[in-house]
Amino acid sequence: MSVKRRKILQAAAAAATAALGLRITPAIAAEWNKAAFGATSVADALKTLGATAASPSKDILIKALDVAENGAAVPIEVTSRIPNTQSIALVADKNPFPLLASFDFTGNAEPYVSTRVKLAGSSDVRVIVRADGRYYVAVREIKVTTGGCG
Amino acid sequence: MAEAMKIRATLQGDVADVRVLISHPMETGLRKNERSELIPLHFITHVSATHNGKTVLNAQWSQGVSRNPPLGFRVRGAKAGDKIIVSWVDNKGETSSIETVVAGK
Repeated sequence: MSVKRRKILQAAAAAATAALGLRITPAIAAEWNKAAFGATSVADALKTLGATAASPSKDILIKALDVAENGAAVPIEVTSRIPNTQSIALVADKNPFPLLASFDFTGNAEPYVSTRVKLAGSSDVRVIVRADGRYYVAVREIKVTTGGCG
Repeated sequence: MAEAMKIRATLQGDVADVRVLISHPMETGLRKNERSELIPLHFITHVSATHNGKTVLNAQWSQGVSRNPPLGFRVRGAKAGDKIIVSWVDNKGETSSIETVVAGK
């Protein structure tokens, strides 16, 4: 589908949702990445993201506790200093479904995000950054006292 | 599901720091209730944010994001009074959104 046609469709979808009194932005209708989120190993998750050849980067800053008491809600904050960062994805190596979330930045968004995630147990957490179409990775180990996927 | 969301946007220089708190069970589908029955998978799949009507963030989530998740993001070139809207939709098609204006210093 051409970009122009997609934009027209998105505009039409936006008009339709606006008419219904909803405030869903057109992009929210983008298809959920079932293949990547359904991956049950890190290798498969990275493969579906196209990020198997990600280069390690010190310009991805991860703020998290070394030891999280409750694996059900582990705070994590990520800043990318890589120019033209387009997206940040969070991957927990030991989770049943390792890909936790992906964040695409557009317009005036800063390449920063913070949230809380579930960790099944002590695990490396990988942050995958896409910038100028290339992939970069940083890894942080987070120890968990009580796992949070049950 | 008209559950409460909270949002706050404050200026740091020309960057709006936006903090959102979403109310959602974010069920993994692996948890059991008191009758030992599995609680069905129920989680937010998409979150998006706009700044003065322009999309700044499109996120896709799995069930691996925590229950009642916070979300923080930042928008540069912002000023007091700018409008921020955050919306989500979950795997059951439930949806919610909240808006605020960027507070001055």
